[in-house]
Amino acid sequence: MGEYETPEMDDYAKTPELAPCSMAHSQPFIAAPNHQEDLGFPGELVDNWQEKAIEKFGELLTKYRSLRVYMDGCVKCGACTDKCHYFLGTGDPKNMPVARQDLMRKVYRRYFTFAGKYFPWLVGAEDLTKEVLDEWYTYFHQCSQCRRCSVYCPYGIDTAEISMAAREIMDHIGQGQKYCNEIIGKVHVLGNNLGLPAKALRATLDDLEEDIFDDIEVEVKLPLDVKGADVLLVTPSADFFAEPHIDGLIGYAKVFHQSNTSWTLSSYASEAANFAMFIGSYDQMKQIAERIRKAAQDLGVKRIVVGECGHAWRVAYNFWNTLAGPFDFLDQSVPSPMHITEFTYKLIEEGKLKLDKSQNDHMTLTFHDSCNVARASRIGDDPGGQFFYPRAVIKAVCNNYIDMAPDTIHEHTYCCGGGGGLLTDDLMELRVKGAKPRMEALNQVTENNGVTHMAAICAICKSQFSKVMPKYGFEMDGVVSVHQLVSNAIVIEPDEVEEDEEEADNNGPSDEQIEEREEA
Amino acid sequence: MLTTIYAILFYVATLIFVGGLAYKIRTYFVTPAPLKIATTPAPTTTGGVVFRMAREVALFESLFKSNKWIWLFGYVFHAALALVIIRHLRYFIEPVWTWVVLAQPFGIYAGLAMVGALAGLWFRRFAVDRVRYISGLSDHLMLAMLIAIGVSGLAMKFVSKTDIVAVKAFTMGLVTFDWQPLPTHPALLIHLGLVALLMIIFPFSKLLHAPGVFFSPTRNQVDNPREKRHLAPWAAKLETKAGE
Ligand code: SF4
Ligand code: SF4
Repeated sequence: MGEYETPEMDDYAKTPELAPCSMAHSQPFIAAPNHQEDLGFPGELVDNWQEKAIEKFGELLTKYRSLRVYMDGCVKCGACTDKCHYFLGTGDPKNMPVARQDLMRKVYRRYFTFAGKYFPWLVGAEDLTKEVLDEWYTYFHQCSQCRRCSVYCPYGIDTAEISMAAREIMDHIGQGQKYCNEIIGKVHVLGNNLGLPAKALRATLDDLEEDIFDDIEVEVKLPLDVKGADVLLVTPSADFFAEPHIDGLIGYAKVFHQSNTSWTLSSYASEAANFAMFIGSYDQMKQIAERIRKAAQDLGVKRIVVGECGHAWRVAYNFWNTLAGPFDFLDQSVPSPMHITEFTYKLIEEGKLKLDKSQNDHMTLTFHDSCNVARASRIGDDPGGQFFYPRAVIKAVCNNYIDMAPDTIHEHTYCCGGGGGLLTDDLMELRVKGAKPRMEALNQVTENNGVTHMAAICAICKSQFSKVMPKYGFEMDGVVSVHQLVSNAIVIEPDEVEEDEEEADNNGPSDEQIEEREEA
Repeated sequence: MLTTIYAILFYVATLIFVGGLAYKIRTYFVTPAPLKIATTPAPTTTGGVVFRMAREVALFESLFKSNKWIWLFGYVFHAALALVIIRHLRYFIEPVWTWVVLAQPFGIYAGLAMVGALAGLWFRRFAVDRVRYISGLSDHLMLAMLIAIGVSGLAMKFVSKTDIVAVKAFTMGLVTFDWQPLPTHPALLIHLGLVALLMIIFPFSKLLHAPGVFFSPTRNQVDNPREKRHLAPWAAKLETKAGE
């Protein structure tokens, strides 16, 4: 890793000069044997790894149409070459999406196509050698699976699909990545990425309840494992301890409180994140998703709401029904899972929340669209709702809001630089450089429009920005949770509290609720 | 002799083209897409997806978002190619349909535009360092071949005419299995030879982008994962006891 410099900010999205191999040294730590074996992968690189890798590759080609079609379909038009934030931030040509794909495509051609078997020199086919495997490990861990390239490719070629497949192959020959695999292991055992046991979680929530009480002198509850609650909130575990995530969690709690929603967290499924997506493992992803289903069934909730997390929302919105569905035991009159910003905005529209926008007047906000929400899912009923709802919530609770440049938001948004299982210290140089395009767009509105804070709805984005923003000269707390803004603005009067407790009874299900459930 | 060689060449080329393409399309068709991965915002109905795909195929919408130069050259090339193919229909039908007759003059301009656009695309492969980096030998050769096809075709129009009545007799003879002599015009032989070669390599090359685009899950999926459970056959086998 060694020394590196934070890139100078420029006009955003200026295409860099090619700097071949400038990131060839950047690799994440390899997973230790026990972390591999916990997930059923070989502990270390197996002897016949080449044979095994090709075998797995062949299997994936029959299981994933995306991989099959994308291996064949690229015409090398170059449209994607300047779209990846890691290329823009590093200049390493292997970070151009098509070049990243080609690392896998050359092996595909060699082993699975007529042209590559008989005329490898003509089509650039190559054997899967140790050097090639090493390149895979390097550059498929420089892809945050943000899918920006896929928006611009005339065939929709999604490099995320390819890096997921590459990581899956590497896992199966014993060359997994430490950060992701260690975390997935923790979820299987303890239910969350942090490895936080139920008791510790309850203690954390108790502390938070106290903090809220000290702040507003109203008892706002953070219920855990309440059977018969209406809403199960599934949120990234970072919301329980990290800044500014935790302020978002307080925001959700206040929203539930003021709207008299009976809700609960689950200690069994205390994690919305599903890192198995990053390693392309359907099987692991399914096991993690099934925890949510089980928690929802055991608690007998009516609906599921998902907190601020990008890839988790992708998994929840797009994959849960496939992986762990059908969710026919939930209330079918509202969509589940529902995103917390949609949940909150609907309450705002119904006039159920009392808001004082001026509480956020010390800030001028902008919003960072997180890749997995922007390009890989939807919020609400209409296409593009993923852009609307978070902004609508922000604008309902803040007076000062301004968007960043149009070609850096919505579906064109730039990744924070830490997504896709790369949010680890061993990839810090990559993370800092990959954040450059977003930092430049932010800098532009900071200088021209006096933006002071950037809101986000993704746990990874928030952690990444808190870490890299200071390197670019921004304040560390320049990134905020959307529900942190809601929390600031929401007005909860101390006298409401008595009524609330009787009506909502957040501490446990009422007899009525239990009866209802039993009848159902 | 020459007639026999070219006749057989075209039958073989057609077989490989059709058979190879059918095989590839079948592979794409039977390979499931286990997860919903549409690039969003995506249409929420099948009609919407058809419309999205139509924009993609007829207008190159994504490419337009991406890079105006590539779009311009790419679009002109494909549109011109379509017109040129329409112009060539006259060699395969008798009597020639009126709209094909009407399209004839456009076909000529299209031929010129096609070669120009291909030259533009090839120029980018040298001039833009990013595109140069990703271009392989086969990418250059593909463009060279397409340009050679275009130029040899135009040469017969503008430089040295060939006997197109005889050419038509030859092509119609191929279709009706009643071989007629092929004129031995050098540009014609090059032209036809390269077209046959193009047909042969089609199913083995990046030209598969043509059928591939229709199978791209990021573009052809309906955005309705919560409403409709999407389950691939191999994934269904992983399902544990229902409702557990
Ligand atoms: S998915 Fe994102 S990070 Fe990966 S190659 Fe494409 S643009 Fe780059
Ligand atoms: S935009 Fe698509 S087709 Fe063009 S080079 Fe990139 S991946 Fe290949």
